[in-house]
Amino acid sequence: MNDLSVKHLISINDLETNDLNTIFKTAESFKEIINRPIKKVPTLRDITIANLFFENSTRTKLSFELAEKRLSADVINFSASSSSVKKGETLIDTTNNILSMKVDLVVMRHPHPGAANHIVNNTNTSVINAGDGTHEHPTQAILDCFSIREKFGELKGLKVAIIGDIKHSRVALSNIYALKKLGAEVMVCGPTTLIPKYIHHLGVKVEHNLTNALKWCDVANMLRIQLERQEIQYFPSIREYTRQYGLNMQIISELSKEITILHPGPINRGVEITSEVADSSRSLILDQVENGVAVRMAIIYLLAGRLNRA
Amino acid sequence: MNSTEILNSLQVSLTLRRLCFQLIENHDDFTDTVIVGLQPNGIYLANRIKKELELITNQSVVTGALDITFFRDDFRRKEKPLIPSVTNIDFTIENKVVVLVDDVFFTGRTIRSGLDAIMTFGRPKSVEFLTLIERRFTQHLPIRADYIGQSIDTINEERVSVQWKEVHGKDQILLYSPNENE
Repeated sequence: MNDLSVKHLISINDLETNDLNTIFKTAESFKEIINRPIKKVPTLRDITIANLFFENSTRTKLSFELAEKRLSADVINFSASSSSVKKGETLIDTTNNILSMKVDLVVMRHPHPGAANHIVNNTNTSVINAGDGTHEHPTQAILDCFSIREKFGELKGLKVAIIGDIKHSRVALSNIYALKKLGAEVMVCGPTTLIPKYIHHLGVKVEHNLTNALKWCDVANMLRIQLERQEIQYFPSIREYTRQYGLNMQIISELSKEITILHPGPINRGVEITSEVADSSRSLILDQVENGVAVRMAIIYLLAGRLNRA
Repeated sequence: MNSTEILNSLQVSLTLRRLCFQLIENHDDFTDTVIVGLQPNGIYLANRIKKELELITNQSVVTGALDITFFRDDFRRKEKPLIPSVTNIDFTIENKVVVLVDDVFFTGRTIRSGLDAIMTFGRPKSVEFLTLIERRFTQHLPIRADYIGQSIDTINEERVSVQWKEVHGKDQILLYSPNENE
């Protein structure tokens, strides 16, 4: 009951609802700990964790590193731009070389969907997926749900709209899986070109009008346009996207209820969300960042507890 | 397992009262003292001590709960990772006398973790330890209790169960011993 049902965190789809609740409960304790004068616990002092970042990251990388250090784990960092990957080394070779240095757990971000799973299948380490291409970003989804749960008490019956570039967003897919497991209703909203054709098979509503989506939801999770993953142009211009899907105070003030705003970052201020909304009391954006450390501490703690066990 | 009663309901309440008077002797009006129960079982004892002290002294006594899960020395040596309980310390311990409270003092490893955990909240003036049942000659560490309800001699295979009126319906302390043919 208390143990996670998985040895790795690759996809939210692999988790049971109980696992999510165990992570939330553990994260609550870690949140209390990181608000103490001394924010560190000695739990993982015999564990070494490698952060393998084959793709750029600010928040996730810092958040994982801080989580690991606050658990007293030894941490080694790797980023593709300054490594032998540029000299032609394969992913498995790079990982196995790092594992030979007696690393216990790997946190990996990679531009290719399925990369984390590839490591699980070809090495014998425990892996946490910190984002694999357009596939999944499970820790982000868990911290988003944790932040919503903190505000509303529970997710069951809540209406959550995920708005923006659904097609290229790993945050969207992980969030859909997590929210559905926890009993929330989910809607995706964005231009037709940025919504995968068969997404309704995941049990989500599809909407193309921002105002309609906002009228429906209790929580709006605003996503960035992932221009770096768009091989063709999906909409005429950023200006036009902003006019149709940008969240500003005027739209919010016309709603008859108060909605809560999430954003996984990085924010493109003035594109998908205005500064006024992002910095308002409706926004949980900075809570998400704080909760990110606590949630990642919980995930690492629970997975590390399974190391060297059957 | 056979069970033997170590303390009955009346004896528990007499023991609690004696422990409280011992605390009062050393802590005057409790303005510089805080009582901290160790989760999960020490909190019931801490709450009882608080109640009793407030009844005797007519002063309010600051009490908190401390979880020690992440400070334990047996991580990855257990079958399952431990899920923490709530820590509730909404006061400062800086320059205070902290009385750590746990129901049973067995190996001393829990109280060792408690000492580390409490220090993350600041630097107390001193730390004392109160326990209801001390199992003699079983400590693994050089730690001793300052206030002891009852000392008992046990063997490792035996188990002490502290039961509280508010949880189990009756105050009672039992010793479970293995049957001879177990």
